[in-house]
Amino acid sequence: MSLLWLILIPALGGVLAWIAGARHPDWPRWIALFVLAIDLLIALTLIGPAVSSGRTAWIASLDLPWIPQLGISFELNLDGLSLVLILLTIVLSLISVVISWTEITDRVGLFHANLLWVTTGVIGVFLALDLFLFFFFWELMLVPMYFLIALWGHEHRFYAAIKFVIFTQGSSLLMLVAILVLVFIHQRATGHFTFDYLALLGTKMSPTTAFWLMLGFFVAFAVKLPVVPFHTWLPDAHTEAPTAGSVLLAGVLLKTGAYGLLRFVVPLFPDAAHAFAPVAMALGVIGILYGALLAFGQNDMKRLVAYSSVSHMGFVLLGVFAWNTLALQGVVVQMLAHGISTGALFILVGALQERIHTRDMRLMGGLWGTMPRLSGFGMVFAIASLGLPGLGNFIGEFLILLGSFRVSVPFTVIAAIGLVAGAAYALLLVQRAFHGRASPQPGTAQPIDLTARHLAVMGVLVLAIIGLGLYPQPVFDQVAPGLAVLQDSGAPSVSASTQLAEAAR
Amino acid sequence: MTAAAFTAFAPFTLLGAVTIAVMLLIAVRRSHHLIALSTIAGLLLCCITLPLTAPASPIAVTPLFVVDGTVLFYSGLVLGSALIVAILSYAYLDGSTQGPREEYYLLLLTATLGAAVLPASVHFASFFLGLETLSISLLGLIAYASPRGDAIEAGIKYLVLGGASSAFLLFGMALIYADLGTMSFTQIGTLTHAGDPHDLYREVGVAMILTGVGFKLSLVPFHMWTPDIYEAAPAPVTAFVAVVSKIAVFAVILRYFILAEGHADASLRAGLAAIAILSMLGGNLLALLQDNVKRLLAYSSIAHLGYLLVAFLAAGSLGLEAAAYYLAAYAVTSLGAFGIVALLSAPGSGRDADRIDDYRGLFRTRPFLAGSFALMLLSLAGLPPTMGFIGKFYLIASGVGAGLFWPVAALVVGSVIGLYYYLRVLVAMAMPVPAERIAAPPAAVPWFGNAVIAVLLVLLLALGAYPAPAIALIRMTVGATSW
Repeated sequence: MSLLWLILIPALGGVLAWIAGARHPDWPRWIALFVLAIDLLIALTLIGPAVSSGRTAWIASLDLPWIPQLGISFELNLDGLSLVLILLTIVLSLISVVISWTEITDRVGLFHANLLWVTTGVIGVFLALDLFLFFFFWELMLVPMYFLIALWGHEHRFYAAIKFVIFTQGSSLLMLVAILVLVFIHQRATGHFTFDYLALLGTKMSPTTAFWLMLGFFVAFAVKLPVVPFHTWLPDAHTEAPTAGSVLLAGVLLKTGAYGLLRFVVPLFPDAAHAFAPVAMALGVIGILYGALLAFGQNDMKRLVAYSSVSHMGFVLLGVFAWNTLALQGVVVQMLAHGISTGALFILVGALQERIHTRDMRLMGGLWGTMPRLSGFGMVFAIASLGLPGLGNFIGEFLILLGSFRVSVPFTVIAAIGLVAGAAYALLLVQRAFHGRASPQPGTAQPIDLTARHLAVMGVLVLAIIGLGLYPQPVFDQVAPGLAVLQDSGAPSVSASTQLAEAAR
Repeated sequence: MTAAAFTAFAPFTLLGAVTIAVMLLIAVRRSHHLIALSTIAGLLLCCITLPLTAPASPIAVTPLFVVDGTVLFYSGLVLGSALIVAILSYAYLDGSTQGPREEYYLLLLTATLGAAVLPASVHFASFFLGLETLSISLLGLIAYASPRGDAIEAGIKYLVLGGASSAFLLFGMALIYADLGTMSFTQIGTLTHAGDPHDLYREVGVAMILTGVGFKLSLVPFHMWTPDIYEAAPAPVTAFVAVVSKIAVFAVILRYFILAEGHADASLRAGLAAIAILSMLGGNLLALLQDNVKRLLAYSSIAHLGYLLVAFLAAGSLGLEAAAYYLAAYAVTSLGAFGIVALLSAPGSGRDADRIDDYRGLFRTRPFLAGSFALMLLSLAGLPPTMGFIGKFYLIASGVGAGLFWPVAALVVGSVIGLYYYLRVLVAMAMPVPAERIAAPPAAVPWFGNAVIAVLLVLLLALGAYPAPAIALIRMTVGATSW
């Protein structure tokens, strides 16, 4: 039942926060903090060994009848992968509440309601194992996120918000069609009309059908991840969103795309996915380089961070389609590290904007003199982002490269060049904003440095990224059984791999 | 007619009796409250009797009508929607002081009578009579007691175009009668099956019937009247046109196509698919250009009827279920949306609250209505956790199951376009209140108006999050019908 509470608590907390907002603007903040803290406690109690049994390795599961007439059940299952992503989600949501304390002063109740509902949807996505239920939560994330961007965002918020919604919704309807075709194929083969993931695993179909269905799922997740060329919504949405929105988008929503690839695309269509792997890996490599290149060219600090996400997610795509243990473990660490480091960078950009009212790096410079704490943390996360050993991102990127090296040497070599490009834009950020000669600041004469609230948040994030960099083993232990099961069901069938081998010869 | 047939037909007879009683009551005593309350009570009574007659069905009532599970479902939907429209009308007209208000309810009852018998019709005569009773009453309702010139204009427009479409319909029926010598749906089916499948008379006849029905359902390219009339009619009447008349006409044409085996005809199916695709794309694209909420909802309803045709084309048990669920979702959502427009409008002011500007800051001034409207719009857009989401899923499932590639593709594209204009209204509601309206406090909404919206909202969310009971009901009624 704790899985159900994990979803229900933020959902109901959102309603409560909305109602409370009419009484006093600070109540929603406390309610959101309290609700997320409870949720975090529940999630922490779930840390533990998975019960492995053949094709599954669940830590906890729940199956309630929902729409029995259509073969849909309310089926939630938690494995190590889901658990670490849920922990990341809740922690980043908590942080989002804290850092919005002074930034959001308008419609506070509705803001926190939307924030909690996004969290609900994301947790649901990470737990749902019925394909319809998954789609339900997938769609549920959309509207509150739209509101977060459209109502509390910056100058071009409406444009950015609508672009985000249209990209996501268009691609997810394609996924719905693919889900339905898969379900009907399964029904024709077995007579059962069901949306159960475990039942649908291993459905027999022709390679052409499998390819198109795989593509339907892939596009939906590729838009969220995002994969070049479906990434154009991302810089706009990230830049225009309020800080909390950017943190959630980058830290959490992008991970749902990666999770979908891991959980659904490869296991449901192993042969098609393996045939598609070279294309996907090429897209990943393009994303790494293209994202880094564009990040390099930005003057807007927030846009720079947004494009760096595209680059980091390219590694995730590369790792997913390399599909071996090392690469997959790298993918998990990369997702966590990216959530932490990019989240932190967005928080710092937000704090900076609150103080000097600009994100334009041409107007910055020499901030270290006036805001040493902010600049110091900025540098830590910038170098985390470029993959300095000892910090979490390094572990992720290194493992992914190690894993993909076994699959394709050329892609790995090109992807490694991306690391150099990453160093270039990250150091450029530090150089232009924090170092150099102090330029006259528009607005206040003497901006205030980070306050205790921000310092606490940054402290937690720094500890997390260092912990992940120095001792990632607990994460590996937690996700290993789940990943092993996924890897097993996603392995290409023998005939397909021999065919591939012959083709290669 | 046997006693069992009388029992089965009782709700319809009762509705006729209520109409006459209300008419006499107006002659005796003119009182808006009295007439409105007796109309509401009468419709409520019909809604209650309908399920009680279920054990008597399925049964043929004269050669003109049949009462079976499908009738129970669709007529129930019609009666329930009419009840809600009556309550909304009471709230809407209560503030108006111009002219007599009592006859409005009489017209509402006759229109409902026409709409309620349509799902039960199995004969051209009852089909046409029901449709005309509905249309002629609607004509009066659209132009009813409005100080505005555009309502009269809309009434005339509906009269002329409605007359033309009825003429098409009649001509089509006549051609089929001339060809086959029968007006009963079942016999048409039998004779068509036995005869030449490419009979010219019949094909032209069906095409003309489709034209007439396409007008009533406002499908592209027969949709031109829709936005004007939705905009000009009083908001509760708009709700009636958008919901009750659409359900009734859809139900009868569904029965006609199934019984008369229209589904088997490949060219007809291709034509319907083209109409569906045009409606989905056209409705959504034109809605993008609107700044008037009623017109926007009008174009969106065109698109929704296009979506519904996907289930119609899919046919089969899944298609029928999908159509029934979608119509129920559409009824709840549209009644809610137009109901909120009605509650926000003051009929004496010369126009309804229908400009997007009127909705700015609504979340502050009227949080309950704004929140409800937001959820209704999300349901129209097909997002969870609302009935519209399940409905759209059901439609896509039926379309995919039947292998309708292009209609499903159009549905997906149309839904994505639709998001833009629904979200536009949502954002307007969340904007700050315009300066000129801060001073003026909003007029009070009567408690029963809010209550109706609350009931619709509960249905929308409950059956959206847990649709199993609704699906069970549909399986029990529509699913149990043997055609």
